[in-house]
Amino acid sequence: MSNVDVVVTGLGATTPLGGDVASTWDALLAGRSGVGRLTLEWAEQLTVKIGAQLKVDPSEVIERVRMRRLDRSEAIALIAAKQAWADAGLEDAGLDKERLAVSFGSGIGGALTLLNQDDILEESGQRKVSPHTVPMLMPNGPAAWVGIELGAQAGVHAMASACATGAEAMSLGLDIIRSGRADVVVAGGTEAVIHPLPYAGFANMRAMSTRNDEPEKASRPWDKGRDGFVFGEGAGALVLERADHAQARGARIYARLAGAGITSDGYDIVQPDPECKGGARAMAKAIRDAGLTGADIVHVNAHATSTPVGDMGEIIGIKSAIGTHPVITSTKSMSGHLLGAAGALESIATILAIRDSVVPPTINLDDPDDKLDLDVAAHKARQLDIPAAMNNSFGFGGHNVALVFTRA
Amino acid sequence: MATREEITSGLAEILEEVAGVNPDDVAEEKSFTDDLDVDSLSMVEVVVAAEEKFGVKIPDNEVQNLKTVGDAVTYIEANH
Repeated sequence: MSNVDVVVTGLGATTPLGGDVASTWDALLAGRSGVGRLTLEWAEQLTVKIGAQLKVDPSEVIERVRMRRLDRSEAIALIAAKQAWADAGLEDAGLDKERLAVSFGSGIGGALTLLNQDDILEESGQRKVSPHTVPMLMPNGPAAWVGIELGAQAGVHAMASACATGAEAMSLGLDIIRSGRADVVVAGGTEAVIHPLPYAGFANMRAMSTRNDEPEKASRPWDKGRDGFVFGEGAGALVLERADHAQARGARIYARLAGAGITSDGYDIVQPDPECKGGARAMAKAIRDAGLTGADIVHVNAHATSTPVGDMGEIIGIKSAIGTHPVITSTKSMSGHLLGAAGALESIATILAIRDSVVPPTINLDDPDDKLDLDVAAHKARQLDIPAAMNNSFGFGGHNVALVFTRA
Repeated sequence: MATREEITSGLAEILEEVAGVNPDDVAEEKSFTDDLDVDSLSMVEVVVAAEEKFGVKIPDNEVQNLKTVGDAVTYIEANH
């Protein structure tokens, strides 16, 4: 437990449900799905033809010439980060930029640029390859662009922990502020790799849903009919700030980031530990870090991606680390799985659940798994007083990250 | 054979596409970097697009001599 309080003062997102936080949150509370038949020609050649594509294309927000120099994952990271920055009231706050850091990652990075430029190299030769290729595909690109845009000078960090990346970015941001290295950290995750190669790779692992004829029903965490995750794209960002710094400038405070817990399974490169032992240890660490006990956590925004093994493992983990009392949900039932951005979007959903005293629904839970013995906010949003809540994120490689947010 | 005006207007199209330069700002005396704000990576794109558009080869050691739009027009006029 740290004696430095860290609060959330800004939120930003662009997702399959909306081009900003407000529209995304409205869609989540209404139980709308962002999953559809892919609007891309190549999809017809693959076994998986569905996905959760951005509701607002970044080219509608960022001018054309700038878009030429940005990978899609960088463009949407910038959009989310700038929204969060403005939301925090920091645009004209005169912040000391030597006290501003960035913690922003991606699960897969600039693969869209890599693959598209490789096509150009094969078809037209070296001369036609964009001179912007390297800064577009490097995995620190999104973090670096956010840092440049905001003028951050206390350090720019880019982590990669697959689908736990967005949550790990929050955890690192918390550490940076607690250790005194910065007063403000813009933290987030981004992912934009809807392309036939990653699709083929995930599809051949049998990790993705093939419910091509009912896209909006494909992401169905904990339901007996679940058959894999739904690939999505998007970005989310939080402004994390030392509490006394936020109070001194009269900032609006959404919630506290009270604790974080990170563990690794040491088990398998893609399979999660079926009993979620590493996940449970991460949850327990986060609760201890927040100075709380399991009894305090009344809501969990679960990782639950709609895969047969992972969903039920997490249930075991939640029961062991927290208990049987929390009301849980998986917003991935609506947003799809944003991979490296998932932990960022779901942190936002957890924070707004605390603010609005409401748990967003898990849609498509029509026929719950026989082993599901926790209370899920199925089908409809549920009113609930939430003093403290958890967000879980787990990633290929055995990364487990749990975050605890509390009411400020 | 394209005239100097035609080459200038062709370069203006490329500069707009690659670097967002307003075509009205493009004139022979303008410096790519100082007046039109074309950075070094975008200049590479301009050169590649100009090679294609005008059917010329612009070697890398020549690019550093092309300070102004007029320098590029003269080079293209002499070599295409």
